[in-house]
Amino acid sequence: MTGNLAALAAQTAGAMPDTVPLAATGAQHAAWLLIAFPLAGAALLLLGGRRTNRIGHLVGVAMPLASFVYGVVIFFAMLGYPSSQRSREITLFTWIHVARFDVPVGLLIDQLSICFVLLITGVGSLIHIFAVGYMSHDPERRRFFGYMNLFVASMLLLVLADNYLVLYVGWEGVGLTSYLLIGFWQYKPVAAVAAKKAFVVNRVGDVGMSLAIMLMFAVFGSVTFTGVFGQVGEASQGTVTALGLLLLLGACGKSAQLPLQSWLLDAMEGPTPVSALIHAATMVTAGVYLIVRSGPIFDFSPDARLLVTIVGAATLLFGAIISCAKDDIKKALAGSTMSQIGYMMLAAGLGPPGYAFAIALLLAHGFFKAGLFLGAGSIKHEMNDEVDMRRLGGLRAVMPVTYVTFFVCYLAIIGIPPFSGFFAKDTVIDATFGKGGTSGWILGIAALAGAGITAFYMTRVMFMTFAGERRWDPGAHPHEVPPVMTSPMVLLAIGALGFGAFEILGDRLAGFLGPVFGYVPPEPSVFTTAGIVALLLAIAGIALAWYMYGRAPVPVTAPAGRFAVTAARKDLYGDAVNESLVMRPGQWLTRLSVYFDNRGVDGLVNTVAATVGGTSGRVRRVQTGFVRSYALSMFVGAVLLVGALLLVRL
Amino acid sequence: MSPGNYVALAVILFVIGAVGVLVRRNAMVIFMCVELMLNAVNLAFVAFARVHGQVDGQVVAFFVMVVAAAEVVVGLAILVAIFRTRRSASVDDANLLKY
Repeated sequence: MTGNLAALAAQTAGAMPDTVPLAATGAQHAAWLLIAFPLAGAALLLLGGRRTNRIGHLVGVAMPLASFVYGVVIFFAMLGYPSSQRSREITLFTWIHVARFDVPVGLLIDQLSICFVLLITGVGSLIHIFAVGYMSHDPERRRFFGYMNLFVASMLLLVLADNYLVLYVGWEGVGLTSYLLIGFWQYKPVAAVAAKKAFVVNRVGDVGMSLAIMLMFAVFGSVTFTGVFGQVGEASQGTVTALGLLLLLGACGKSAQLPLQSWLLDAMEGPTPVSALIHAATMVTAGVYLIVRSGPIFDFSPDARLLVTIVGAATLLFGAIISCAKDDIKKALAGSTMSQIGYMMLAAGLGPPGYAFAIALLLAHGFFKAGLFLGAGSIKHEMNDEVDMRRLGGLRAVMPVTYVTFFVCYLAIIGIPPFSGFFAKDTVIDATFGKGGTSGWILGIAALAGAGITAFYMTRVMFMTFAGERRWDPGAHPHEVPPVMTSPMVLLAIGALGFGAFEILGDRLAGFLGPVFGYVPPEPSVFTTAGIVALLLAIAGIALAWYMYGRAPVPVTAPAGRFAVTAARKDLYGDAVNESLVMRPGQWLTRLSVYFDNRGVDGLVNTVAATVGGTSGRVRRVQTGFVRSYALSMFVGAVLLVGALLLVRL
Repeated sequence: MSPGNYVALAVILFVIGAVGVLVRRNAMVIFMCVELMLNAVNLAFVAFARVHGQVDGQVVAFFVMVVAAAEVVVGLAILVAIFRTRRSASVDDANLLKY
């Protein structure tokens, strides 16, 4: 298995999508409606103001649902085409047309984008329905749905764009709405700070993205996918590597990968539906989408591709270690998201053999992570916004539906067969080992270690939250949440249960996505060596978590830990590193500039002014008011003038 | 008589007038010294007209006389106005326009 994949990878280096997009026809003709529905909803709710308060949640849910229905129609229309003709495009209008720079606004509906469309609108609609119940007591619920719809519209624009610049519009849009939604409860200073942090760190990634687009225009004269991918073979190696690295930087910012990972845990200050939709299922996967879509660029730059795998592997361990020590249930899940996206990045960095598995994990992750977050949201809703797991416990009996759905998603994420994580993650681990060479072994071992740690921390969450004795605050009386909140969780749990098998068995997803990447990986075997090792490690992780948290009562106050625990609680010093590497030098630079401005520039200007003032103060004493002295100066001047004239004549 | 003597006389008169303007305190005397300077200049012009054998210098002398007359009118009017308010004809006392 491993040798086969290595050989196949060597063969497919340089594989291009073998389809040229055709014009969209029939049911796909109005695909722009997919974006228009949530955008109109957002405009109506945000511009309509308080008058639309009563219909806020109705419009908010209806728009993504409408997009989902139409997305399903488009999907089935696509299935009706032969597999080589499924890539369709629509050109809506020309945005920029200046000399050689021509940017049309167009949509590309191919197999990859339709997967994302269904994920965003499907899981998104379920989360919107959940949010109707979750935010029912919030007076600003209409504004919330306006922002959520704006997010859905931006994300759809991102995945449907057919050129990098329109993708960037969507990219910026999701960054903006992420900021608005994290800081939704503006009156909380910690939320406002977290929103600002998320936006600023994202911006660093956005610099990479915009530089990549500028480089594309400078070198290729075009920013459309077909234009860039068609010419990338003729560019110099340095240019292509630079493009790859810049796109990776952009992806790291959006997907919270090293070194731009510090914002994701703080982003949990936002309402839980936000965490579920944006910071689990969709926005953070935009980076993976970018890497996968830009496959032809990475085909020509093995160095950039290797760096993608390294970033992915490093982040998956980083996020897993952080999660082990977090007592806040949402932060533990956020660390888990960081780790799972590391897996996706790792797979995406393997090249065409890994793309389909990265997307498979992405879709499966959308289901189970959203399910986990909605479960956490239900708990938070019932426990008076308590998220510290040391104050939960014993919720299994009180919130049975939440418990069952959470449990199903938990089994999915740790990779127990036959749930989706088993199929989706193990194929990634196999593909990593299939890369061959030293790097394949190192990355594969990292991925296996990550699988074990994942099992540990997720089991820890389960034991601390649902099992054990009740360590609740005195005022907490949790019941099961109303059906508007449980039904989305149930549907997501069903997806977490079966979707993995659905997409991996029979190579279904890989075969479907094949024409986009120009390569179909062979059907993975259900049980491989690496898969069995991962399963054993997962069981070991579960056992260790039971030993530490399941046997004895969990202490209510966090015990002081050894170095590793303290480091993990401080996000492995991510914030400290950022501060010392970037923030403090930035502050020094600012202070230096202010000092230079005050003393240097102001000093210069003030000196000039003082000189003029001082000189005039002295020169004015010539004006004595003495007529005879004036007469004398006139006389002397006249004599000098005459003397000069005489001298010249002589 | 050689014109050089007339020019020399004009120079002497001019210098006396200039020194007088610079040294004397009474405004009337300063005016008279200014008139003296103007007359010296007239003399020089006429002498040079005689040297060149043309009447240009004499015509200029007429202009100078007109200017002198106008200047006397204005200057004396100012002097009288100052004298009426300040009871003093000394130029040293009119020193308010200073720093």
